[in-house]
Amino acid sequence: MEHGGGASPSNLLDDAVGPLAGRFVAVEDSGCNLAAQRDNKRFFFFDMLTWEYPGEKIRDKEKTSGGGLVALYGEIQKVISDLPQERKNSVTIIIDDVSLMEVAAKGSTNLVLDFLHYCHTLTSELGCSLVALNHEDIYSSSERPTLILQMEYLAGILIKAEPLATGLAKDVHGQLTVLNRGNDGQGSRYKICNFHFRVKENNVEYFYPGSRT
Amino acid sequence: MAAFKPRTSSFSRNFSASSSLSHTPGLKRGPNGTTFISSGIPDLDKILGGGFSLGSLVMVMEDAEAPHHMLLLRNFMSQGLVHNQPLLYASPSKDPRGFLGTLPSAGSSRDEKSSKRESDQEKGLRIAWQYKKYFDENQQSIESQRDEMLLMLLDSKQEFCNDFDLRKPLDRQFLIGKQIDCVSTQDSPNLVALRDRCATFLSQFSRNESSVFLAGRITIQSLCAPQCAYSDMEWDVLSFLRSLKGMVRSSNAVALVTFPSSLLSLSTSKRWQHMADTLLSVKAIPDEDKDLAKLLTGYQDMVGLLNVHKVARINTQVPVILEATTFSIKLQKRRFLVLECLNQAPIDGSSGSSYGTSGSCSGSSKTGRLDF
Repeated sequence: MEHGGGASPSNLLDDAVGPLAGRFVAVEDSGCNLAAQRDNKRFFFFDMLTWEYPGEKIRDKEKTSGGGLVALYGEIQKVISDLPQERKNSVTIIIDDVSLMEVAAKGSTNLVLDFLHYCHTLTSELGCSLVALNHEDIYSSSERPTLILQMEYLAGILIKAEPLATGLAKDVHGQLTVLNRGNDGQGSRYKICNFHFRVKENNVEYFYPGSRT
Repeated sequence: MAAFKPRTSSFSRNFSASSSLSHTPGLKRGPNGTTFISSGIPDLDKILGGGFSLGSLVMVMEDAEAPHHMLLLRNFMSQGLVHNQPLLYASPSKDPRGFLGTLPSAGSSRDEKSSKRESDQEKGLRIAWQYKKYFDENQQSIESQRDEMLLMLLDSKQEFCNDFDLRKPLDRQFLIGKQIDCVSTQDSPNLVALRDRCATFLSQFSRNESSVFLAGRITIQSLCAPQCAYSDMEWDVLSFLRSLKGMVRSSNAVALVTFPSSLLSLSTSKRWQHMADTLLSVKAIPDEDKDLAKLLTGYQDMVGLLNVHKVARINTQVPVILEATTFSIKLQKRRFLVLECLNQAPIDGSSGSSYGTSGSCSGSSKTGRLDF
């Protein structure tokens, strides 16, 4: 059901459970107050639902609809460049729902891919990380889902969040498959792990299948 | 872990308890600072753990064969009108205002079933009171708490959600002088007009920190129906939904959108479904499906099936795990809409009990109590 494709060198189990979290995206497992962090200028939030895309109004659809994404990238770049030097390389960009960006770009996959490429460049330039979430089921019916395939290709770590085959349960909310390509220069180490998870009020519990009774 | 206790642990929002809320008819406080508004179907409210959360986008996938979504729509609208809540109704028909004449009326005299329900409750109460005699005063604090809860329950029984008699049209008094916006989506070539109407409608419910007094309801029937000019403008409709969701989220309102999912391409339909905060679908039941009839009890009384795919979660990340996701839609005495858990083929053919256990909402009610 869910698909988290992202390149995050650290913090393996960042929140891949976007729709459950809604607009609050977990930053740390232990739970942290995002509102407080926002006031501390450590957390910056762009609401994609109310984001006003310049030239995006439905009536002037002739205009280039990529303007919104360019502007968004500009904002991100501005935020990062305004950060003090020592914090610049520890930035994590979290995109909750790439499919919403496609909506913003009126279905232009290329614009969204461009945007992701730009953000990806930031990660290699500044050493920050990029976590992007998408929904795999949207693309399951199309023959060559470029967007999701490219995202998967670019990702260093791929996290798939799915419901259990047996459905939802009170104690296990779903399973994660984490594919770590390990492209950290040490050859082709390639790891796949499987976790079960349970979302709690302040954190998410991860455990190996069968380790809970 | 304990070190984090005081401040940093907060996926759940701190909220000031506004006492005014409980006196506003039609609104109910939920966990994590959310507010519930009734769906107009008592059973559905219970299933969802209290009702529709204010600020959520509710989407209903229509069945291609039967208009069961209209049942949900009508009850939702009537409930709003009974509670004096402003309403915006958009429909692909030429004359949307005419539809208001078909809205059901609140069942004034309790019918057999609900009176039975009440008497059940009374019995429960009586027993509880008698137990109290033996328990004595040592747990007065708990008692008073329970009384409060009971009061709230009773309140909500009487005010929060009504039973609607589908055969009795809504009294004119509920329609006259009320704020009802009707929009026909057939005429306009695109969604700009509808979006602007929604924006102006929602602007009166914009959320501020003070307590909620008024909530609004938006109902959009068959968005993207083929008679609308924009039915093939896939991305425009998605973009409309996106902004509708954004607008509703920041206001004290609920938007109920039904859509013909079978007309959309699979991937578009999935995109729409991801947009929804609460996602329901209705399905017709074929009249004479012998296999199904054998499998399920009370098959003859069923009109259709209701599926709960997703329940809105606001201010929390804990998902709702329902005990069941498929419910049968029945018309009690051909008048009142009830939802029941599906019961698999026991020996006798008696119909199942109406959905009313507290187990369903245990997920949400539990989270409200956890404060460590």
